[in-house]
Amino acid sequence: MEHAYFQLQKLAVGYDGRALIHDICIEIQKGEIVTLIGPNGSGKSTILKSITRQLRLIGGKVIFEENNLQELSYKKLATQMAVVLTERMKPELMTCHDIVATGRYPYTGRLGVLSREDEKKVEGAMEAVHASELGSRDFNAISDGQRQRILLARAICQEPDIIVLDEPTSYLDIKHKLELLSILRNMAKKKNITVIMSLHEIDLAQKISDKIVCVNGDVISHFGKPEDIFKEDTIRKLYGIDNGFYDPCFGSIELPKVEGKPEVFVLSSGGSGIPVYRQLQKEGIPFAAGILYTNDIDYQLARLLAAEVITAEPFSQITDALCEKTMAAMKACKRVCNAGITIGYSNRRMEGLLRQIGIET
Amino acid sequence: MKEEKKQLSQKTDFHRENFIRRTRYTTVFVLLLLTFCVITILNINTGNVNISISKILKILFCHAGDQTEYNIIWKIRLPRILMAAILGGALSLSGFLLQTFFENPIAGPFVLGISSGAKMVVALTMIYFLGQLKTVSSYTLIIAAFIGSLISIGFILLISRRIKHMATLLVAGIMIGYICSAITDFVITFAEDSDIVNLHGWSQGSFSGMSWSNVGISAAVVAVTFMLVFFLSKPIGAYQLGEAYAQSMGVNIKVFRVALILLSSILSACVTAFAGPISFVGIAVPFIIKCALGTSRPLVVIPATFLGGAVFCMLCDLIARMAFAPIELNISTVTSIFGAPVVIFMMLRRKRGQ
Repeated sequence: MEHAYFQLQKLAVGYDGRALIHDICIEIQKGEIVTLIGPNGSGKSTILKSITRQLRLIGGKVIFEENNLQELSYKKLATQMAVVLTERMKPELMTCHDIVATGRYPYTGRLGVLSREDEKKVEGAMEAVHASELGSRDFNAISDGQRQRILLARAICQEPDIIVLDEPTSYLDIKHKLELLSILRNMAKKKNITVIMSLHEIDLAQKISDKIVCVNGDVISHFGKPEDIFKEDTIRKLYGIDNGFYDPCFGSIELPKVEGKPEVFVLSSGGSGIPVYRQLQKEGIPFAAGILYTNDIDYQLARLLAAEVITAEPFSQITDALCEKTMAAMKACKRVCNAGITIGYSNRRMEGLLRQIGIET
Repeated sequence: MKEEKKQLSQKTDFHRENFIRRTRYTTVFVLLLLTFCVITILNINTGNVNISISKILKILFCHAGDQTEYNIIWKIRLPRILMAAILGGALSLSGFLLQTFFENPIAGPFVLGISSGAKMVVALTMIYFLGQLKTVSSYTLIIAAFIGSLISIGFILLISRRIKHMATLLVAGIMIGYICSAITDFVITFAEDSDIVNLHGWSQGSFSGMSWSNVGISAAVVAVTFMLVFFLSKPIGAYQLGEAYAQSMGVNIKVFRVALILLSSILSACVTAFAGPISFVGIAVPFIIKCALGTSRPLVVIPATFLGGAVFCMLCDLIARMAFAPIELNISTVTSIFGAPVVIFMMLRRKRGQ
């Protein structure tokens, strides 16, 4: 069997000799993107700090390319592992170029003067994160998004085999989040750099990662491929969500549904119901939705938000029984709202239903 | 095509940037050196006894001239000037190291009570040695000051480990400074020694009464320490990004931190042993130098800070001697007048920056 590239063997991590998380056993292959998810304070940063040797291990070991990480010299480690940390640095009078250039530290001579080769690598790293134009700007004077990119460039410039990032997307807006993650994706796939990071955005974690580690207080509750991890139940338990929903298909989070007797009946299909559902949800009005085919996108949200959903099997004819049930439900509501239902061959009986309650199609 | 052109312009820009920077560094160094020369000449030239420049040059380079004038220049003024230069540089550098260590621009040997700690142990040592043996060597004084520095810094470290707050650190330093000064004053008050006058002058800070052997010893200690610091400029640069990043770049943090503390203590100990505690130089000079250079890159900042400190102290010493001649001011009086406003300005600027 092939040895894993980066292994955590029975690792116990924590502060001051007390283990917060123990029995961490994880194997990571080269070029994989591994993301740690979990609630605040669950110990994601502690794990990252331990595998980057900022914290002393409490137990177990980290094996990196068949070497024990603790036995590597700091200097050797610096050429193999780079970090992007959460702590805000406030360097004095340093340009972005200066910050990126510090990534060359393990490779420069005694006085740390950059060679022409180093300069090229600095420029290359800045281009890789699309930040060439920031070179001469003061690091303290740029935006958070730019700062994060510069720090990533610094890490790239260090030419590591592994990059460890602690919540690299916090403070970033959507555009910059996507940009940062696609840069990481590129690095992992093209340069075969292993990326280990923690993320708060589970939707992004699902989309970018090869492996997911669920950190839950004192143990790793799950470790595996995103498709195995991102199930409604797993995520709800991990984050202890008791007043809301997690939708594994889209990775989105929904507020709890408004319970009660439906007051509005929403007719829709193909996504036309979604804005109406949201509006009703915000106004705190319980509603019913139907008739939704279970492959309709409206169904995915109605399932989570509607007090009652009347459903039909995909592409099936609508039966008499279903018609009656729907009619009854509509009559029970104070209002019926047609958010834009498309009527085709299989649901043509909807037309009759609508006419009966006085809605023209 | 356009993209390429854009990139090209950025690259040339970057080279221009580098060129501008180097020019700026050179200008600052040249200016510092020029000021150094001018102040040296001024310093030799001014005093209670007027000696013309032609005579000074003769005395300096041909060792010829009137015996009294010769003695004034060679035995009083020159060693004093050199000492101001060496110790001023050492003090600024010590401040720079402490600022790096505590990641706090207002840290300095005086503010953190390190100078006062050194002063206390030196005063005790002096009284003991003068009482028992009637002599005390410069080395003993340096070692005593070094021990005093380490005691103060030890307390500061203990406190800073518990409370990681910039203001608390400074308050702790100032309190330690007061305690040490109180003990020193107490001891001096009750010391039955004819050297008490001397001791009193020294405990306020002064460059007067320096001998060539003092100059030699302090030059040797400071030169060696300076070289060590200079060769640490690479890890110091890494440390400026914070401890965690420095470690990820391959710096052995524990060793490095100890080295920083020891080197800065040696430097400030050397100053205190010979000239007593001198205030604000350690904060003001590194700040001014960084602003002038427009960078905090240790490779340039370290030598420039040293040179800047030398110039600053020589200037202050000149003022201390001449402002109310023949009455001489304490060196700290002058450095405070110039240094304290700089520190206030710094704090205001920081607040605004945040």
